[in-house]
Amino acid sequence: MTQQFYVSPEQLMKDRADFARKGIARGRSVVVLSCSEGIALVAENPSPSLHKIGEIYDRIAFAAVGKYNEFESLRQAGVRYADVRGYSYDREDVTARGLASVYAQSLGAVFTADSKPFEVELAVAEVGLRQAEDHLYRLTFDGSIADEPDYVVMGGEIDAVNETLRSDWDAGQDFAGVIRAAAGALEGHLPDNGGASGQRRLGPEMLEVAVLDRDPMSSRGSRRAFRRLSIAEVTDILGD
Amino acid sequence: MNLPAGGHSSTFSQISHAATASFSEYLSRSAPDLLPGRGSAPGITSNAEHLAPHATTIVAMTYAGGVIMAGDRRATMGNMIASRHIEKVFPADNYSVLGIAGTAGIALDVTRLFQVELEHYEKIEGTLLSLEGKANRLGAMIRSNLPMAMQGLAVIPLFAGFDTDRHMGRLFSYDVTGGRYEELEHHSVGSGSVFARGALKKLWKPNMDEDRAVSVAVESLYDAADDDSATGGPDVVRQLWPVVYAVNSAGAKRIPERVLAAAAEAVIASRAVAGREA
Repeated sequence: MTQQFYVSPEQLMKDRADFARKGIARGRSVVVLSCSEGIALVAENPSPSLHKIGEIYDRIAFAAVGKYNEFESLRQAGVRYADVRGYSYDREDVTARGLASVYAQSLGAVFTADSKPFEVELAVAEVGLRQAEDHLYRLTFDGSIADEPDYVVMGGEIDAVNETLRSDWDAGQDFAGVIRAAAGALEGHLPDNGGASGQRRLGPEMLEVAVLDRDPMSSRGSRRAFRRLSIAEVTDILGD
Repeated sequence: MNLPAGGHSSTFSQISHAATASFSEYLSRSAPDLLPGRGSAPGITSNAEHLAPHATTIVAMTYAGGVIMAGDRRATMGNMIASRHIEKVFPADNYSVLGIAGTAGIALDVTRLFQVELEHYEKIEGTLLSLEGKANRLGAMIRSNLPMAMQGLAVIPLFAGFDTDRHMGRLFSYDVTGGRYEELEHHSVGSGSVFARGALKKLWKPNMDEDRAVSVAVESLYDAADDDSATGGPDVVRQLWPVVYAVNSAGAKRIPERVLAAAAEAVIASRAVAGREA
């Protein structure tokens, strides 16, 4: 039997964190923003069927970056958690806070105990009846959880996207406004692809956009706030 | 379930087994006590029917461009009226509705489970189940209630929806063993169903518009209430009208109270004017 080398816990955790961070930084970014009409979720995603954004429950949505198979299994687990909870108690007893803490625990357990940490970063968003009641939780690969006001940026170059949004985002904007701001911010950080025009444009077919309506009952007669925007709708909003 | 890759112990088989899109299947594995009808009392062999409220008549019919389903508002327990306000027709999802007759408590739980089942599938798979798929899932749920049905606590649903592939409304009826039967034109279930069916045979016409279909539904329930003591007629004193849902290509919608009040009052008025015994 071979003798294992001693690795200090600090080094072990650091290696795992570096590994996960590298995986996440390779991915394209996702932005989740609160606004007057609700919460908008915008992702750079060329695939129309492999979603990074999903519906969890009546007023709760999910967004993720990183490895698809890992966050997809977390999304499905979240849907199961929410549906079981809503079925055994009541629909209004399903909250983003409860879901986020379950996610945090599972990510934390995988980070310390499994052979490989999840290379994902998640956002759980819950739309409130007023903007002050919106909740945005960001969960990282090691299970840390943060309650972020206004907006969450995840994925590759978050600093650049954050910087653009700091000037472009405004609490009073409607969906069209924040989606334009998000698309612009995602575009802004893209590396120069060597073309003559310099900056690459993010067309509507490169974006995955969904919203959580603040009052879906009166606007659509549904208690489910989540709505995916079609390419045509996104084209209208971006106006090009 | 036989899987192409490897046997039952292969990784693929384990993962695909865990990743079910069915909420009821997931519950039966993780929390079986939450499923309706699983707590069947083994000792009881006698009829337990009188122990719980009983929901009664549901009618459904096709009309031009969709289907309509209506249910009266009464639940009975033996010779007592258990509820005058109970609602027995529910939207299952955006394009389908179900009505329930039989033991009210179990029926309401089955309805709730079925609604979550459809929404769960939609969220996990990212697409709606086909209408046939929904009808089959409901059949499986009714079958799982068979032990309770043998003790007299049966639930008989009626399922209707808009088939978005064929662009038509379709009706499905069930028996206690979960048997699923597609019905044409119209159908009714529950204690007053015989009388409602008689009325529907005379009143239903092909290609009725929605307004006409609503009044036919209300009138057939009126006839059921006339001859079946467990079915409630329109209650003008309490202003209680049947619950009616219409499903067409635009989705399922509840018919507003004022439309139903007008339809019910028109039926009562025409019967009063005719001044006949039946």
